[in-house]
Amino acid sequence: MSLKRLMPIAAALALTASMAQAQSARDASWDDITAAARGQTVYFHAWGGEPRINAYIDWAAGEVKDRYGVTVKHVKVADTAGTVTQIVAEKTAGRTTGGAVDLVWINGENFNTLKSQGLLADPGWAQTLPNWKYVDVEGKPTVLSDFTVPTDGQESPWGMAKLVFMYDSARLAEPPRSLDALAAYAAEHPGRVTYPQPPNFYGSTFLKQILISKIDDRSKLEKPVDPDRFQQDVAPLFAYLDKIHPDLWRKAEAFPANAAEMRRLLADGELDIAFTFNPGDASSAIANGELPDTVRSFVLTGGTIGNTHFVAIPFNSSAKEGAKVLANFLLSPEAQARKQDPAVWGDPTVLKISSLPENDRARFEAIDLGIATLGPDELGPTLPEPHPSWVAAIEKAWAARYGGS
Amino acid sequence: MTRQPALLQRALPTAVILLLIAGPVCLGLAGTLLPAFGYLPALGGSVLSLDPFRAVLSEPGIGLSLALSLGTGLAATAISLAIVALFTAAWFETRVFKAMTRFLSPLLSVPHAAAAIGLAFVIAPSGLIVRLLSPWATGFDRPPDLLIIHDPLGLTMTAGLIAKEVPFLFLMTLAALPQTEARRHLRIAANLGYGRMAGFFKVALPQIYPQIRLPVLAVLAYSTSVVDVARILGPTTPAPLAPRIIDWMADADPALRLQASAGAVLQLLLSVGAILIWRFGEILCSRIARSGRSSGRRYSRDAAMRQMAAVPVGLLIAAMVAALAALALWSLTAGWWFPQAFPTALTLRHWAGLFPGGSHLVGDTLLIALPAAVVAIALIVWQLELWTRTGPRRRHAAFRNLMFLPLLVPQISFLFGLQVLFLVAGWDGTYVAVALTHLVFVLPYVFLALSDPWDHLDPRLAKVAATLGASQNRILWSIRLPMLLRPLMVAAAIGFAVSIGQYLPTLMIGAGRIATITTESVALASGGSRSVAAVYAMLQLMLPLLGFVLASVVPAIAFRHRLALRLQR
Repeated sequence: MSLKRLMPIAAALALTASMAQAQSARDASWDDITAAARGQTVYFHAWGGEPRINAYIDWAAGEVKDRYGVTVKHVKVADTAGTVTQIVAEKTAGRTTGGAVDLVWINGENFNTLKSQGLLADPGWAQTLPNWKYVDVEGKPTVLSDFTVPTDGQESPWGMAKLVFMYDSARLAEPPRSLDALAAYAAEHPGRVTYPQPPNFYGSTFLKQILISKIDDRSKLEKPVDPDRFQQDVAPLFAYLDKIHPDLWRKAEAFPANAAEMRRLLADGELDIAFTFNPGDASSAIANGELPDTVRSFVLTGGTIGNTHFVAIPFNSSAKEGAKVLANFLLSPEAQARKQDPAVWGDPTVLKISSLPENDRARFEAIDLGIATLGPDELGPTLPEPHPSWVAAIEKAWAARYGGS
Repeated sequence: MTRQPALLQRALPTAVILLLIAGPVCLGLAGTLLPAFGYLPALGGSVLSLDPFRAVLSEPGIGLSLALSLGTGLAATAISLAIVALFTAAWFETRVFKAMTRFLSPLLSVPHAAAAIGLAFVIAPSGLIVRLLSPWATGFDRPPDLLIIHDPLGLTMTAGLIAKEVPFLFLMTLAALPQTEARRHLRIAANLGYGRMAGFFKVALPQIYPQIRLPVLAVLAYSTSVVDVARILGPTTPAPLAPRIIDWMADADPALRLQASAGAVLQLLLSVGAILIWRFGEILCSRIARSGRSSGRRYSRDAAMRQMAAVPVGLLIAAMVAALAALALWSLTAGWWFPQAFPTALTLRHWAGLFPGGSHLVGDTLLIALPAAVVAIALIVWQLELWTRTGPRRRHAAFRNLMFLPLLVPQISFLFGLQVLFLVAGWDGTYVAVALTHLVFVLPYVFLALSDPWDHLDPRLAKVAATLGASQNRILWSIRLPMLLRPLMVAAAIGFAVSIGQYLPTLMIGAGRIATITTESVALASGGSRSVAAVYAMLQLMLPLLGFVLASVVPAIAFRHRLALRLQR
């Protein structure tokens, strides 16, 4: 055999060897990470307004403690923006190590703020998590692109969200399945429809849903706001709001603080329609006695907004290894399946179920989605989030128009 | 003749207490002022400018926010004071008055947030009252679309503040009465034929008011800058100034931090402005009263007026009792749909759901409140004992006035800067930092609660002990403190309750790492589950109540063989 003919084989062998080496290096480094994580305390800043989610985080904390010796403390924040401010303040105070936040539940505008100011741990860590291989990158492109901003592996996907509406079938036979039908319904039934007050996340999402449906050219929303054209671009949004506001709950002089309060108002019979970002929310709330069992879910024809929520590690975390171990556990098929169970939380998975080993697939197939949850085929198309700059701009325009009346 | 302690020893407790109170307030104010003028180097703000103030003033609806803060604060203070004055005038030294005293005192221990949450449960369109009346009386099978909670004028918020401030001012008035000649002068007025109420307003109130002026101004400063009650009951389009400042601070855009600092300075100016307006009102009222006082009119037929004076207090007690009942009921509810007057089923699930997460929260709450109360008691006893030893009445009115400093400066205005200072020191989010901040508010209340009973202890007991050869320390430990066990326990319970009720200091200095049942219940007040919110609000009530129960049980047991030390009924 000539040397010439051997060359490609040698090269191939060398390549294979180096790949295997890389693979084992990756495993080895993960072993190093779990070893370093043992004994660490991870302060996990996550919105704490929903007892079910808090209970799920408690469970995950217990498992991570038992399996990896990592202590997880859930810091229940009222608004993730507060955590962002805290990280900014720490940088202000010159604290580049030993920060108060080790892992934060985040997406969208808050992620964009932290990323653009260099307040996150180095890029690429998310893809080094062993459970990354199950993530549904093709089917759920938003796991890599958070409100159009590339994640660059600086946050690890945790769950999927989609705007879903709820109504009480005992009071309302056929729910309005478009924004125009919703406006017509409000006109017929004054005081029974509303939305949470922006800048609450759910209120802003509702505004974005209207904007997407009404704007002349949707491709504008993929790019940052053009200040010169902004007024013109959002004119249809505010025309719609101007029209429905007199018919809203409390004549739009007061609004629910958040989606949870709106759901409670639905339960009290003050509202006919509420919405949520979690398709399993209605079933979970029924199981908890927080909604009557006649409540059902629906979506708008033409699709509703959807996105992915993540966990991210700040640049000055004192327990980065522990935070990665927790992020990896949250991404595991076991934790993801438990999270999707409406009896636990009902938050949809970010994993590609067909890529899972059989026993893990079975975990998902065993879940009873509940009476008020729409199946994957009934959820309709998912509309992508606009660029984060739109959120701040429409929130500001909303406050100027309605917030100081 | 007692030996005078050295100057250093004499001044030490005063210095420590004032440092603990004035230090955080002054440093915090400084820490707020710099960013308010654009100086916060880490955010790239190194040039002094008025831009943050311009940003605040260009916020939509800011004028309305300022007017709301001023209006609700002044109205809540004036109405609370009027209710207390009218009721005291009409019913002082009667059985009704004693009964009300017994009702109103425990209400003082109800934290603002819990009271507001309970009140919302009662008066909301889907609340307890409408449920009890529907559909048989109102015809509603759905809750009416009425703007009660979050009304744009802040009427509900004002009512919520009144419900909490009346018990406070009432107890302050009770404490002030023995320090005046009011009791004697009222008898003289009655002998001269003046009606009860006329006599009170003509001879007693002018003596009492100067004694309660500082508490009244504290109520005013608090009401114009309140956050938790405003969040739960207040308007939102726009909100009053203080909650808007908190929103700016929590915004993802770091530039808003400067704006929030400017807002905190503006809040200080607003509260000072409210105090000036109040002062002007005082002068006006005293002018009017002076001419009325010398008119000689007796107003002896005031029976109808006296009945009316009892109405607001009765309503208030009824509302608070209903609020607490609503909280208790919701915390046990397994499903309660409008318009049912009673839950379909009861469950202990929400209480069981407290464990293990909630028990940690209770632990943290105690870990801050207990040391704060104990340290406050120790410091105040040290100070009072020193005054007793250094001779008669060497106390300074200035000290008492300074104790009110943290109650007169809006919390938000100095907590803001204090947060940055703790952050720089690396103390943010520690128990010590939160407890120290609570101490700023606990110390004044403990001082107010303890100084009068201390002064009223018969000095002859100590003299007798001294002639029998007891040392100063022995007199303190064997006579004074045991005899003052009851007021000491009550003062500790008040300090404990004050610490538990702190929302803003815990939120801001705790940096999210330290949560107490109060921060948790405000967060849950706008949550999806009334029952879970009710559980936390109940906890918020039960812990201080436990303190007061201990404060009455422990002395009762300790004094079971001491007839003269038992509480006279």
